[in-house]
Amino acid sequence: MKTGFDNLAARLANVPWGETLAAALWLLLVAVAVLAFMATFAGVTTWVERRIAGRMMSRIGPNRVGPAGFLQWLADGLKCFLKEDVIPDAADRPLFRMAPYLVFAGCFGAFAALPFGYGLAASGIDAGIFYVSAVTSLVVVGILMAGWSSNNKWSLLGGVRGAAQIISYEIPAGLAALSVVALAGTPNLQGIIQAQGGWPWQWFAFHNPFASIAFFVFLASLLAEGNRTPFDLPEAESELVAGYVTEYSGMRFLFFLFAEWANIWVMAALIVTLFLGGWQVPGAALPDAGTGRTFWILASAAVFFMKTLTFAFLVVWVRWTLPRLRVDQLTDLCWKVFVPAGFVCLIGSSACVLIPGQGAWHAVHRVVQWGLTAAGFGLAAGLLWRARTNIKNLNERIYLKVWT
Amino acid sequence: MQSRFIRSVRDSAVSIFEGLAVTLSYLFRKPVTLQYPDRIPRPIPDLLPETFRGIIEADTAICTGCLACMKRCPIGVIRIEVERNSETKTGTISRFDVDAGLCMVCGLCTEVCPTGAIRHCTEFEGSTSQLINLVLHYVRPGDKVPVCRLSKDSPPQGLKRNEPYRRARTAWDEPAPVPPDAARGEVRWKRRRNKEAAE
Repeated sequence: MKTGFDNLAARLANVPWGETLAAALWLLLVAVAVLAFMATFAGVTTWVERRIAGRMMSRIGPNRVGPAGFLQWLADGLKCFLKEDVIPDAADRPLFRMAPYLVFAGCFGAFAALPFGYGLAASGIDAGIFYVSAVTSLVVVGILMAGWSSNNKWSLLGGVRGAAQIISYEIPAGLAALSVVALAGTPNLQGIIQAQGGWPWQWFAFHNPFASIAFFVFLASLLAEGNRTPFDLPEAESELVAGYVTEYSGMRFLFFLFAEWANIWVMAALIVTLFLGGWQVPGAALPDAGTGRTFWILASAAVFFMKTLTFAFLVVWVRWTLPRLRVDQLTDLCWKVFVPAGFVCLIGSSACVLIPGQGAWHAVHRVVQWGLTAAGFGLAAGLLWRARTNIKNLNERIYLKVWT
Repeated sequence: MQSRFIRSVRDSAVSIFEGLAVTLSYLFRKPVTLQYPDRIPRPIPDLLPETFRGIIEADTAICTGCLACMKRCPIGVIRIEVERNSETKTGTISRFDVDAGLCMVCGLCTEVCPTGAIRHCTEFEGSTSQLINLVLHYVRPGDKVPVCRLSKDSPPQGLKRNEPYRRARTAWDEPAPVPPDAARGEVRWKRRRNKEAAE
């Protein structure tokens, strides 16, 4: 299969160091493309999140800059870049300056392995999920660094909380991911998607009851790892001013927030990749190469984006619904509920690998898969139904006008 | 112990479900926000309840010139001058000023008024570049308004709500010594646009 890189290398074949140059150029191109996507997503999400938050609180949200306030994120970004960059006198300057970039790098690194569609990923790294969970740990270093170097008790508390929470929640997240790896037989993210099918009952979330539990454990653990509400203790504004970002201003502050919003995509894409069939198009067996490859790339990317944006919405939705947990509740949830559940899921899912591809056990497995799929979609439908009754009980109307 | 653990897990799952349904329902409801001051369906004074305590207004047509409000006012906001003619038993009001910039909106003057000539209107936007613009002259300087005479047969009628509101606006706009800034941004915009058009 000929890739863009091969074309580039062929063109530069006669130049001395041609192949190295081609590799460097290609690397730069891919990195810039991913960065551009990440920046746009993070920016637009700030506006979308604020609009959603507004409507969920019966407000309107930012609607003055550009059509329906769409350009608010550019205005905010520009404002942050033009602001004075204050570094406290007592701060540890080198660490203080470096911390935002580490947080940013940790988040950006995860994008390298994330799939975007059929054959569409910055790198098809084999260690996939392990790489992602390893590189996002860089965020912990950045947060702890920011907390320590600010020389401020709120920042330090926020940093330590962040470190404690991210490290401890990596265990249930890892266990839940491992149970998927056991089912797929590979930690490669593209491989995990290829091991699933397009239809919901072929997704790993509905593969067996243990995988379904692992799905929820993974979802909650990712929220905790991304410092999203209800696990946003590191920046609990009611207690810690802004936690580890208390002393930051201007561009450095922006980098923290930028990474946080880009992280929404990482979370949603990981969930969709591991549990919800990734970019698999229902009812289509994707060809390896040849005719219609571009079409399939676009179609699969569309499916993947739709699922991922749905889960990005879920992350935002949860943020404006649930109150923040206490520290002891947070650790309780991790060590007393999620870790045991994660181990049970890992063992249970691994046992399900032994189910043969035919015979009575296979039939039972099929029925269980159908049941779980029905339960999962029933849950989603139930939420919509409950929301509708909530509106009806108040004799109000459904109001879908977004562009106010 | 075990059952308590399971119960707490179930309770949290159910409450998360219900909570998500509540916030989702708000997402599909109409926001209650009024985008004051520039994107409102009607002027805010029209939306306020009649009991709203806004700027003090006066209707000199039914004022008896009894000065009860002036005496009752704890901080001397109201200034009324009445010239009485003892022979014909009539009088004229030559001055009826209310300093809205000083008024603390206690409402005592409206309670003592025998005819309801002095009362709160729903107008509240009083921002201006000159504090003196907030001194409202309900009798134009130089004018003389005859006082209203009370008769025992026909007890005086209070004013209808909408009339004095208009009257207060005109009294506010015209006779102030310095041309006042309009309280509303939109009017200011219009003026500036007119000025530019004239140039």
